[in-house]
Amino acid sequence: MSGILCVESVSHCYAGQTVLREVSFSVGRGEIFGLLGPSGAGKTTLVKILTGQLSQTGGTATLWGEDTRRLSAQTRREIGAMMDDLGLYDRFTAEENLSFYAALTRAQRSRGEELLCRCGLWQARKTPAARLSKGMRNRLALARALLGGPRLLFLDEPTAGLDPAAARGIWRLLEEEREKGMTILLTTHNMVEAQRLCDRVALLHEGRIVALGAPEALCRQHNRQNGLLITLKDGQRQWLENGPAAAPELCRWLERDQLAAIHSTEPTLEEVFLNLTGRRLEDEQCGAAL
Amino acid sequence: MSNAALLFKRQLTDTFRNKTVLIQFLLFPILTLIMQKMVRPEGLPENFFVTLFGTMYVGMAPMTAAAAIIAEEKEKNTLRVLLLAGVRPREYLIGSGGAVFLPCLIGGVVLCAAGEYSPAERVQFLAVLAAGTLVSILLGGAIGVASRSQMSATSLTVPVMLLCSFLPMLGLFNRWAGVLARWLYSGQVNRLLGGIGGRVDPADLLIFGLNLLLAAGLFVTAYRKRGLT
Repeated sequence: MSGILCVESVSHCYAGQTVLREVSFSVGRGEIFGLLGPSGAGKTTLVKILTGQLSQTGGTATLWGEDTRRLSAQTRREIGAMMDDLGLYDRFTAEENLSFYAALTRAQRSRGEELLCRCGLWQARKTPAARLSKGMRNRLALARALLGGPRLLFLDEPTAGLDPAAARGIWRLLEEEREKGMTILLTTHNMVEAQRLCDRVALLHEGRIVALGAPEALCRQHNRQNGLLITLKDGQRQWLENGPAAAPELCRWLERDQLAAIHSTEPTLEEVFLNLTGRRLEDEQCGAAL
Repeated sequence: MSNAALLFKRQLTDTFRNKTVLIQFLLFPILTLIMQKMVRPEGLPENFFVTLFGTMYVGMAPMTAAAAIIAEEKEKNTLRVLLLAGVRPREYLIGSGGAVFLPCLIGGVVLCAAGEYSPAERVQFLAVLAAGTLVSILLGGAIGVASRSQMSATSLTVPVMLLCSFLPMLGLFNRWAGVLARWLYSGQVNRLLGGIGGRVDPADLLIFGLNLLLAAGLFVTAYRKRGLT
């Protein structure tokens, strides 16, 4: 297995329960890799193992060939992490939060100012973190994770609980970082996020990887219907099997200018997950919200 | 600047913004100044209030502050972020412990100024207060490390703090409380502060040393069992 991050048969048990079962994958340089699964699937546990916060009970995980249970100070400086609980100093302003971590990570002070601008927090730089909105707090935590100019970034549910506009702001930032060559591992249960950002995803269910691959490839692979859903201009909907036999019918509608839309019956990642596990990705979250 | 120094500076800044912790450092020195300068009951020793409130200060402020600071960092996961940023547990404990020790020592200077002491006695007073503060910080640190949240830290701190700070005072009125207090570091602080300028009983120092070892042992045990995350 090659890559800057390698996970081989990682298992983890906690309080008599198996949280992760034989998880294996690798992440290459400049890749955005997504860990998808509902709450309790083991995503956060895996991120904690990969960032050296937790020692797995089985298997090996390495970053640049170094065991995550014994990461050197040098390797720690190469990684950035934004966990789901953010960990901001509430009585410190956005600017102070960043200055403090800039000093700790020996990053330049100007880097903090640059990130405040890029993350859209310049106007709010003098506001204590406790008084920032959820979206701003997420962006501040992301800015902090980017401070040291990491080569590998871990993001645990970076847009959880954010409105679509705030989430898009974070996606733009991550896309910019990807263009600069940063490797990103993110956990999410947001399918739109996974499909927009991730080069590859691993679908995690009860601590086990049930599918691994590029989002489009996974959707194609699980396209059992292999059909085309046709919408005509008069509102009628037709289903055709995707193959040469559909060509004459399609040509006829095109010639008569009747065609309004053609959709593939390819499933979404959400549907792939549902097919594989019988569970929806957001089941747990809906339950929690109720 | 070293990580410990950065953490010390950050914690000190945070303390000035955190009213619940700040009041711990200010309450007793101010109370002592008022009582010592304005209330002079007849028949009581000259530095009665300084000794009394000094003992309570040592038993309360450092312990509650140390426990609250560590528990808050654990609860809000800022401690996890620090460790991820490469901060070593030792650096964190030195930085944060120092940020409790310094305000306590400044409070001690105010307490000392409220009393009638010679320069040599003032040095002795501050040395006793500093040693007592160290034991309290270790106990508070052990509670903070062992707790999962600020709420659980408070529920553990309150009984220990009440025992340490009030037992020496109760010892003035009850013989058995006095006997028990003698075995506590705060009881020794009370005896040493009350006897400033006089001869120090080696037994008092021995008991104090044992308390210091016990507090250090408790802290190490809590740290080994729970760590900082």
